[in-house]
Amino acid sequence: MNATIAGGAGFVFRAVIKPRLIAGNPPDTFQLHAGLEVEGYSPETYLTPLDKLYEIEGWDKVLPKDLLKLLVYKGHYWGVPVNIHRANVLWYDKAIFKKYDLTPPKNWDEFFAICEKLKAEGIVPFVMGNAGGWEAPHLFETILVSTLGAEGYKGLWTGKTPWTSEGVTKALEILKKILAYVNPDYAALSWDGAGEYLIAHKGAMMIMGDWTNGWFMAKGYEGYGWAPVPGTQGIFDALSDTFCLPKLAPHPINTLGWLEVCGSKEGQIAFNTRKGSIPARTDLTPEEKAQFNPYLQSCMEDFARDAIVPSVIHGAAAIESWVTDFKDAINLFLATKDVAGTQKALVEAAETALAATK
Amino acid sequence: MRRRWLKGERLVTLLLLLPSVIAVAVFVYGFIGWTGYVSLSNWNKLLPDYTFVGFKNFLKLFAHPRFQIDLRNLAVFTALFLTGSLAIGFLLAVLLDRKVKGESIFRTIYLYPMSLSFIVTGVVWRWLMNPGSPQMGSTGINLLLEKIGLGFLKSGWYTDPRVGIKAVAIAAVWQMSGYVMAMYLAGLRGIPEELREAARVDGASEFQIYRYVILPLLRPITLGAVIILGHISLKIYDLIVAMTGPGPGFSCDVPAYFMWETTFHANRFAQGAAIAIILLLMVSLLIVPYLIFSVRREAEV
Repeated sequence: MNATIAGGAGFVFRAVIKPRLIAGNPPDTFQLHAGLEVEGYSPETYLTPLDKLYEIEGWDKVLPKDLLKLLVYKGHYWGVPVNIHRANVLWYDKAIFKKYDLTPPKNWDEFFAICEKLKAEGIVPFVMGNAGGWEAPHLFETILVSTLGAEGYKGLWTGKTPWTSEGVTKALEILKKILAYVNPDYAALSWDGAGEYLIAHKGAMMIMGDWTNGWFMAKGYEGYGWAPVPGTQGIFDALSDTFCLPKLAPHPINTLGWLEVCGSKEGQIAFNTRKGSIPARTDLTPEEKAQFNPYLQSCMEDFARDAIVPSVIHGAAAIESWVTDFKDAINLFLATKDVAGTQKALVEAAETALAATK
Repeated sequence: MRRRWLKGERLVTLLLLLPSVIAVAVFVYGFIGWTGYVSLSNWNKLLPDYTFVGFKNFLKLFAHPRFQIDLRNLAVFTALFLTGSLAIGFLLAVLLDRKVKGESIFRTIYLYPMSLSFIVTGVVWRWLMNPGSPQMGSTGINLLLEKIGLGFLKSGWYTDPRVGIKAVAIAAVWQMSGYVMAMYLAGLRGIPEELREAARVDGASEFQIYRYVILPLLRPITLGAVIILGHISLKIYDLIVAMTGPGPGFSCDVPAYFMWETTFHANRFAQGAAIAIILLLMVSLLIVPYLIFSVRREAEV
């Protein structure tokens, strides 16, 4: 039960997994994001429902309700969540903030005031790396959460919130304004390349998921601070890695054993202290929580009380074809900066996807 | 007696060729046919769905903004790649034809890039063309230009949407002009010295000799190079993946890359198949006339 495929963010291995699923030669298990990404694998045909396992292990009692809602597709559970990542985090370099006497911005006006001040000082106010093509849409997703709120944002993906609404226009305008303050070489850098700016104290702020925390730790950089993305206080933009069981897995019993470990407390603590994410389970004792670093502990507290919204770029909120169309529209926007045209493209993407999932 | 002997030999030949013929029929033409079939179907999720939808996928593609940009990029890339490789390859061949000392060393050096895979070329040129930034300092080519005082030539290269695919074309020309040079060198060697002598006696300048005597004689080689480079150019994919990805505003995107993304990320298998068929048609526009031309020529001989 092995076969590693290099290449980050799960984008590369999908091209290998899907033909294998269709050909009837799947691996024992693979990483699946919680949420509508599972639609892309036609689970009724290719995956085994895990409802029995959930019942035996009692997971429906220790996983948060909002997460359980995400894990259900067509009435069944398809994956066992091992962790939770947060997407709407603003990372900043404490040294720069101390030098210029700044505090983390709570809204976009404060954010742009900070940008203006830092630009005058020759520091990159906001760093971004878009070599993977998903980092900029990730940023846009968090801006959408800030302009539409938790319910408004969730409604975008169910059809309740129209994509023609003001909140979307405002989000595009904010993204357009941010582009005036980013590092000019963002197209050549991946998100960690952008993070180097913070480590070198040449860039001040970055919006990226909390795997950044794990990367900072690996780089030995401790001078970072964090805050929710401006305007998203009290909202937790979540994504979750899960493992699934294909129908034709060569070793189903062993895989079920692995899935049990994934969902167990010991398994999740062991996995997440290394990966830099928080466990999906909410039943950790304070001593167990103390094994995690300061950011992760504050993250666990937020996860327990904030409103949880699903990330779209990381497979939770929408089916894969919609995610691709969303990404394409934003990537085109980076060059054209055409708010009206991009909004129209987003409206069309939503119509296509919602019609397909009826 | 004679007829039976001929028949026996023909049978053996046929049997020897049969495995290859079957393999090609299945794995090349069979799969092309299957792709064509899928491109006319509605297979846009992981689960196959073969309902016939006519040319809907093709029409949607040509209306798709990303595909339109891809076609434009492909045209720009092909134009730059072909003219660049042919011009530089020919120039290098002419220079090396002067019977200079160490000709074989130079020839080897110019041919080396061709032995690299596009992945290696892509990664190296991605580093070379990474512009850096005012805060972190320039890198790669920009750094070199700064150091030799040509800082005003600095560019965003592939990070600048206005440059985009042209930067990729530079890397591709670097890789393949050595190959064109080798072809032209062989061709130049095949031109008898008497022709050049005769032209010189008639009072032609060196430039005129090249223009009116040598280049026309090299036409078959130019044609061959255009065919080979042309079909590489239309299918270009791994260079884009290794070097730039789709680029800001899709300025480096090409149809083959879009085909991969739409098939394996958006699960739109039918749309991916449609792109493949369009690429096939574009390449056949190049290859088929060439094949007809060369078969006809052989028949004449």
